[in-house]
Amino acid sequence: MKPAPFIYHRPQQLSEALDLVAQLDNYKIIAGGQSLMPMMNFRFVMPDHVIDLNQVTELNHISKENQQLHIGSMTRQQAIYSSALVQEHIPLVSQAYSFVSHRQIRNRGTFGGSLCHLDPSSEQPCFTAALDGVIEVASQSGKREIPIAHWTAMYMTPDLAPNEIMLGAKLSIWPKTHGWSFMEYSRRHGDYAIVGVAVLVNLSVASTIERISIALCGIDAAPVRLLNTESALINQAADESAIRMALGDIEKLPNIMEDALNTSDYRRHLAKTLTRRALLEAFERAKKRMS
Amino acid sequence: MDFHRIKVYVNGKAYEREVESRRTLADFLRMDLSLTGTHLGCEHGVCGACTVLLNGSSARACLTLAVQADQCEITTIEGLAHADGTLSVLQQAFQECHGLQCGFCTPGMLTTLTELLNENLSPTESQVREAITGNLCRCTGYQAIVEAALLAAQKLRDQRV
Repeated sequence: MKPAPFIYHRPQQLSEALDLVAQLDNYKIIAGGQSLMPMMNFRFVMPDHVIDLNQVTELNHISKENQQLHIGSMTRQQAIYSSALVQEHIPLVSQAYSFVSHRQIRNRGTFGGSLCHLDPSSEQPCFTAALDGVIEVASQSGKREIPIAHWTAMYMTPDLAPNEIMLGAKLSIWPKTHGWSFMEYSRRHGDYAIVGVAVLVNLSVASTIERISIALCGIDAAPVRLLNTESALINQAADESAIRMALGDIEKLPNIMEDALNTSDYRRHLAKTLTRRALLEAFERAKKRMS
Repeated sequence: MDFHRIKVYVNGKAYEREVESRRTLADFLRMDLSLTGTHLGCEHGVCGACTVLLNGSSARACLTLAVQADQCEITTIEGLAHADGTLSVLQQAFQECHGLQCGFCTPGMLTTLTELLNENLSPTESQVREAITGNLCRCTGYQAIVEAALLAAQKLRDQRV
C-alpha cells in the first residue's frame, strides 16, 4: 500500500509544466491526487515521473466571462461547491457537488482532475455535458478547445495528447429563469453515482419548453445526452407527456454498462426513475422563476 | 531514489527533513516525525482515520505526498489539546459523550469536526452527520460521536457569550 518509486516534479508555471509533459515518458500529472494516489498506493499505476500542478496557481480560478463560467482545471471541488458565483449563475453545479464525495476529498480534489480521470459515474463530466462545456487544453505549440461531446476518447481516457495539459472548461450560463436539477443514486452518501442525471430547462410564459438539456452518468464511458428527446420536446408542454418522452428515450438506450454489482437493467431503471424526478424538479423550479 | 528537502509546520513546530518523493504525508508524520496519533486504516482514502488539517482544511494524509506539504501548516490530533495538556472543547465532549470506543477513527473524527466547528458553531444534526460521512467508525454507530459534536458546538457557543 505504498507507491512505487518515482521522480517528483513541481513546476511553478504552466510553461514549465508544458515543457515537462513534452519531455517525459510514463509520467502522471497529480492534481488533487484523490484518485491517482489510491491507484498509486495499490500500484495499479506506477509512473516514472509525477508532475504536481498544485503550484501552478494560474490554473486555479472561477470567473464569469460573457455568458460563460470559466473554471480552471486546478480549482478545488470545495471551492466550486461553496462559490457564490457558481450558485448564482449555475445552481445545477452547486447541487451536483452536494453529491461529490466528502469534505476532505473535495478540499483536495480538483475539477480538472475529475474531468481527466473521467470516471463514467462521476458527476462532473455529467454536468459539464449538460452545460455544453468546452474544455481548453494546451501544449507547447498552443491551445485547443474540445467540446465535451468529443472529450471522451474511451473508457476513463480523455482526448488529451501526452504533451497536453487541461487548462479548464467553459460552461454555458442559462437565462436567469431556467430550471435545473441534479439527481443521483448511490449506496452511501458521497460514493460515485450508480446513475446520475443533470437537467436544465427553459420555459416560456405558457410553460412550454423553449430549451432543455438532459445528461446522464453511469450509463456509458462518456456522459449521455438525450439529444433526441431534447429536440422533440421543444415547444411541448412541460408536463407528464414530456417526461414520458424522455423515459421512452432511456428505454431505447443501447448497451448500458454493467458491473458485478449493478446490471444494465438496474441502471436503466434508475435512469428512468431519476430522470422523472429531475424533470419534475427542474420544471417546478422554472415555473417558480417564471412567475 | 528521489529525495527532497521539505520544511513543514506541524502543530506550530517547524520540522525540516529529507523525504523520498513517494512518502505519503501520513507515513511522514508517523515514521519520520513519530507523531503516531494520525492513524492509517485503509491507505486509499476511504476510512478517514488519517485526516489532518492542511493549512486549516481537512485532507487525507494517505492521499497527500509529504513533499506536497512542503511549507504547509499541518494540524494533527496531537495539536488539538491545549499546550498544558487540557483537552479541547471537542475532545472533552467526546470524552463526556463516550464518542469513542476503540479510538482508531478518533483522530480523523476530531480533525474533521474541528474544521466543521471552525466554520459553523450551530451545525444541525444532519450537517454533523454529513461532515463525518468520510470517516468510518465500526464501534459506536456514530450516535455518540454526533452527540459529542453537538455538545461541543453548544459549549463553544456558550463560551462566546
